[in-house]
Amino acid sequence: MVDSQIVLWGQTIAYSSYALVIILLMAWFGLKITKPGKSNKVSNTFFYSFVGFLVVLGVSLHIVTYNTIPWASMDLNRDDIKPDKVFTITMENHQFILPSDKLIIVEGEKALFDVTSKDLTYGFGVFRSDNSMIFQMQVVPGHRNDILWQFEKPGVYTIRSTEYSGPKGAQMILKDVVEVQAR
Amino acid sequence: MSFKDTFLNGEQGKFIPASLTPMQKLVLRFIVVGLLFYGFAVIEGMIMRIYQIEPISAITDYQYFAILTAHPLVGIFGSTYSLVFGAFLFLVPFLMKKPLWSVKLGNWTFILITVGTLTFWLAGFITHYAPLYTLYWPLPADFTQFSPIGGVFFITGIALVMVGAVFFVINVFKTIVYTPEGWEKQPAGELMASAIGYGGLRNLFMKKEKRKEHLVSLPVAAIARGTVDVALNAGIILFTGVLILVYLVSHLFGVDLKESAIDALLYKNWFWWGLDLIADGLVLIFVAGTWYLLAMMITGEKLFMQNIARAALLVELIVSWTVWSHHLLSDQAQPGFLKIVSGELVTAFELITQGLAFFITLATLWKAKPLKMTNELKFLLGGLLGFALAVPAGIMQADIGLNRILHNTQWIIGPHVHVAILVGLTMTLYSAIYILLPIVTNGAKLYSQKLANFHFWAHLIGGIGMGAFMGMAGLEGMLRRTIYLNGEFNLYMVLAGICGGLLLLAFLAFFYNIVMTVGVKGVIGIFTPSKLNEKDLLPVEEK
Repeated sequence: MVDSQIVLWGQTIAYSSYALVIILLMAWFGLKITKPGKSNKVSNTFFYSFVGFLVVLGVSLHIVTYNTIPWASMDLNRDDIKPDKVFTITMENHQFILPSDKLIIVEGEKALFDVTSKDLTYGFGVFRSDNSMIFQMQVVPGHRNDILWQFEKPGVYTIRSTEYSGPKGAQMILKDVVEVQAR
Repeated sequence: MSFKDTFLNGEQGKFIPASLTPMQKLVLRFIVVGLLFYGFAVIEGMIMRIYQIEPISAITDYQYFAILTAHPLVGIFGSTYSLVFGAFLFLVPFLMKKPLWSVKLGNWTFILITVGTLTFWLAGFITHYAPLYTLYWPLPADFTQFSPIGGVFFITGIALVMVGAVFFVINVFKTIVYTPEGWEKQPAGELMASAIGYGGLRNLFMKKEKRKEHLVSLPVAAIARGTVDVALNAGIILFTGVLILVYLVSHLFGVDLKESAIDALLYKNWFWWGLDLIADGLVLIFVAGTWYLLAMMITGEKLFMQNIARAALLVELIVSWTVWSHHLLSDQAQPGFLKIVSGELVTAFELITQGLAFFITLATLWKAKPLKMTNELKFLLGGLLGFALAVPAGIMQADIGLNRILHNTQWIIGPHVHVAILVGLTMTLYSAIYILLPIVTNGAKLYSQKLANFHFWAHLIGGIGMGAFMGMAGLEGMLRRTIYLNGEFNLYMVLAGICGGLLLLAFLAFFYNIVMTVGVKGVIGIFTPSKLNEKDLLPVEEK
């Protein structure tokens, strides 16, 4: 499975390039409309082509990501996929209650994190040691909150709540509790 | 004129409060209070920017999160609602060439929004009630963390703002449809149909010769359609507020109601449905309408593709009722079809509707070239750029795959929310203020063009820069609504803080410029009663 860091790099490059282009375009437009001389007519064809471009862009983004980001389809179809490991986790009183001190996973295994909240809405996120995020989900009380994830790289990872649950929940962090071992 | 004379009487003494009509005073009151609340929000924002670099020992976690709770609400309700409602209560009658239905009700909107904002801000400041604007159930009723008395005052403050919003809605629609004294009977039903888009929709299914003319202008139609979302949102927020109040008040009376009686996910759907009527509804519709109006006022020409623009506003209204699920893409219990249809596909329509508004506004400006780079034009271009940056950033996170690694990070609040609000929305509002200033002040002269230029560049660079550095931190995993104690993202937070400082300087320059334009006596005069006829929008000789 593609690492989430690679997806984020792709996004950084794509959005930064777009941002630079649109800033330059607006600067050019601002200069151009103040220069002497009449403008060319804005053709209807140009307008409708732009509309078509927006439609294609809006729809294709999701088709492209669905087919290139592996966890998207895995997430929507997770009920039909048999996990290699299941970790049942409870959240209550701003604490994580884990099934064991360490959650051990072997590289390439599909692990299901089944998280239940007994009181408030929390978040459940797994982070690398440099604080970058691997994935997250919301943990809503009264509902099943489960996520299936395939870890591709061995390492030690941290769990933290990714949702605000009041000032008491400001530091809900369990450092280095997920261990992905090399196959 | 000496500095002292200008400070007291305004630039060249040209602003004379006694010459203002009640309507002009009403809109100026909204502007003054809206700018003051904007100043509140900027200062709160700067406190939080500093806190993100190094937690301030004098501010506890509870105080920090109370600031975080108040900040967006003061910004949206106290500032933006004041500026927008004030401008539209003036523009609807101005564009329809008839008096506002009720100046008294307009004044009540002003009072309720001002008092309501101060009430919820004070409740947060004093009691540290901090469930954030999201109010995820059952956090607002968690009395192990928050004071129920603080909660009662907080929710009451929000409710007052919503009642003010309801009065605004009534005033706008009544103004569109009513028949002023001495006028021929107005076709109320037809006016309403034209305003909300039903007339245009009906035309689509009729033969060309049977099609009816639009009875209200495009900007008024935009205001009316955004106002539909204001009404729906006020209903949702009021209902939610009452629900929370029931829990708060019963706790005060010693009866603790069962929190699990309310389904947290259903509540979350309900709440986001209502909140998106603001974020993805009235804001986008009002902004598009304001762009169109500004483009027409700046160029003095008709809007490019007027009918398409009108139809797009109706599409945007319907889209705003069906997009809320993009906030729940990380909620695993949320049904998959809602995530795909509402969260991804319908949300993608916003790229189309905002893209259309962007193109139409630029095309209208382009056709009228050469134009002078006035303050209103440069701020309009800044506002367009803000949404051109922020909307795609939002569309990217409204994707099931990307949301998994972006949700609740600084990406959302930086390049999407803050760039949309600070650069897109606020610069559009500044453009409207600069163009309306001579109209509503009877020709007051701007104190300093150099300060206006500084305001523009500092705000633009500060807003885009802050959003960009927050976004970079978000892409590296920095969460929103979280305190980092060990300087994990300090490089980005220092840079974002410097950009935030630029935003503060921009606001101070603008505020000083406006005070020097109208003078301290002028500011006081805005709040004294007008002796002119309240049916006149402008002084009679100005017409």
